Parts: sequence; structure tokens; C-alpha cells
Amino acid sequence: MTSFDECLPGEIFEEGAVLSVADLAYLFAVEERHIVALAEEGVITALEIDTTQWRFSGADIRRARIALRLERDLGINLPGVALALELLEELEPLRRERRGRP
Amino acid sequence: MEFKDYYKVMGVARDATEAQIKQAYRKLARKYHPDVSKEPNAEARFKEVGEAYEVLRSAEKRAAYDRLGSGPRPGDDFRPPPDWGSGFEFSGAGPGAGEASGDYSDFFEALFGRAASGRAAEGRAAGGRNRRGVDAGRGEDHHAKVLLDLDATLAGGARTFTLRVPEIDAEGHVIAKERVLNVQVPKGILPGQTIRLAGQGAPPHGEGKSGDLYIEVEFQPHPLYRIEGRDLYLDLPVAPWEAALGAAVKSPTPTGTVELKIPPGSHAGSKLRLKGRGIPSSPPGDFYVVLQIALPPAKDEKAEAAYRAFASAMPFNPRTGLGV
Repeated sequence: MTSFDECLPGEIFEEGAVLSVADLAYLFAVEERHIVALAEEGVITALEIDTTQWRFSGADIRRARIALRLERDLGINLPGVALALELLEELEPLRRERRGRP
Repeated sequence: MEFKDYYKVMGVARDATEAQIKQAYRKLARKYHPDVSKEPNAEARFKEVGEAYEVLRSAEKRAAYDRLGSGPRPGDDFRPPPDWGSGFEFSGAGPGAGEASGDYSDFFEALFGRAASGRAAEGRAAGGRNRRGVDAGRGEDHHAKVLLDLDATLAGGARTFTLRVPEIDAEGHVIAKERVLNVQVPKGILPGQTIRLAGQGAPPHGEGKSGDLYIEVEFQPHPLYRIEGRDLYLDLPVAPWEAALGAAVKSPTPTGTVELKIPPGSHAGSKLRLKGRGIPSSPPGDFYVVLQIALPPAKDEKAEAAYRAFASAMPFNPRTGLGV
């Protein structure tokens, strides 16, 4: 139990993060081939495609997280997840815009 | 403890077929999935639906549940679990919502216990996978999600998070324990990013390091500002003459009131940018002011006369574009 006056220094995990397939698989507790499949579908994008060791930036963490949740919770396949993510990203600014209006 | 009518939660009849239950679940899951839905309480509803499905999809659990009859009336002894749907900390499966071990209601656990939940068990098993050789013995990482106020990212600063952690008590029952953490929120964190607290996950297995705690951050809507990535937007009302003739007006910004120059000939929707005054991440976001034309009401004779003078001085058909 942490005492009240102790203040834990938080760091932004995504900032400057460079993650391998194994790192992402570990982070989300899935098999590595699952992360590879996400990359092959274009849901997340490796920083350099040519190398044998794929590396992903912090920005891909959120996309991978949402993609894996949608896949698991809604039972949609990867192409469906990719489409849903793209539509959600289009929808996001529109929803924000509307929320700001009376 | 609250009695839960799982059939009502799923919106199906008590004699619904498996196929009907699955269909109802899929539909509700899409409607309330926290990554998709903008319904209020989406996350809590999603969990409730997930729990109902967990029971009704399994012939055995459904039969056991049905034996309770219609039980006490739903909502009897209503006592919602504290922080239902938010701030839940769990181990293993990173992606989060819905299937965390210990994510079920007291009612569910009283009936089926925690070990009975196949999905939660999966989550734990998955958590143990992929452990890298060098980290043998390292405690598991924990994941949680919190809602932050915008000020936390603008200025940084300490915030208190109350997380619920599943723990096993002396009798082997899984109980949700509250854990209060005082966290220095890093300035400039963006919605969807994660705060990592090193060593705040599960204790090590024998020798080794503790796991880390990952806290996914979302923001509460702000009464004035819309958050778009690292940029902030404000709708600023201006008078028609301020927009037409140009003016210097005051505007709130996250760092205090500023005087803004409205250029002559501005119109509704015109955007003014204050560079670097958005979320102070690196690089910092911008602050956008979107002009809204506010019409003064013709509330007395003087105002009416002014509008009439306006109309006669400036013949203007705002509908020319419509061909009328």
C-alpha cells in the first residue's frame, strides 16, 4: 500500500518508445504472430520495413491496443478491425466538433 | 448485493435460443464498446453486457442461473460497486476493458466464483506468456485506465488515482482491494497515451524485479476547450461588427486571458491560431480560436431601430447562393 504523501513520478510511455514485435506482444499479452498480423494488415506501421527486426513507435501502441480490443470483444476479423479503426479516426474529429456545439 | 437480471440486460426473453443470445450480445457489444461508443456509461454497460453473456452463453451457468427463478426483483438492495467501470487495475492482458480478471459483479462472483470464469482465466494465462528469458522472475505488468482533467496535462502535477486491484485473501477468495496512488502526471501527456510507473506492477516471483503499472489516460471533456490531438480549440463568440470591422477582443486560453486581434472581414468559422499554446507536449500543440457570430437580440425599440437602419443602409440577401 502506497502512503498518501508519496508521489510516484509518472513517465509517458509512448514518448520516444521504440518497440519490437516481441515488446508489443508482451505488452498486450498476445502471441508475436498476432502483432505481425496487425502490421501486415497496416493497422500498425513498422518504422523501417526493410529490416528483419521490425520496430514500432509509441504512436502505434494506442492503435494496436484498440485493434486488439475490437478484435477480441466484437469478434471481428483483422480487415474489419482495420476498417473500423479508419472509420473511428475519421469520426473522432466530427464527434468532437459536435460536442462543442450547443 | 444486487440481483442482476441477465435476460433484461441482454434484452432477450428467458427462453431465447443460443443464436438469439449471441446476436443480442454482438449488437450490444458494438453499441457499448468503450473504444467505439460515445454513449454515457458505455464502459459500465459494456461490462454488464459481457457479464450477462458470460452466464447466458454457457448452458451450465445459464441453467444454474435459471434455477434462481426470477429471484428478488432486479435492483433490490441496490449498491453499485464503487468506481464501477473505471480505475480498475488488473494483471496480464493489456488491451483492457471487459475481460480483466476480477471484472465481474459481486453477484456474478457469488454465483460462479472467479475461477469459473473462463475468459478471466485466459487473461491471466496470456499474461504469463512471452516472458522474455532475461526477465524470468519479474513480476507481471498491471494495466489500468483513468480519466484526467485537462489541467493535469497543461500544467502537470500530482493526481490521486484510486485503482481496484484483485487480490487473493487468506481463504483463497479473490477480492477487489482499493489501491490509492499519488502520481506525478507528466506534463504534455496526450489522450490515449500511457503513464508508466516503473515497479508498481505485481511483485516478483522470487528474485527479480516488480512489474510495471501502465495507466492509459483519457481526458474528461473540458467546458471550454475541445482537445484534438495536441491542439486545443475554443469557440469564441464575436459581435457582427467585430467580425466585419475587425477588433481587439479578450479570449480565455489555458494559460490565461489574452487580447486577440480579429481581422476585418472575418466570418463565422474563421480560425485564429495561437502557436504553441495547446498541450505542452513536444512539439507543443497550438491553440485555435474559432469565431462564432453572436447576434444581439432586438430586445427594445432602440435595438429594433438599429437593425432597421442596418437593413436599409445595407441591402443584403444572404440566400443568393440558394438561387432565391
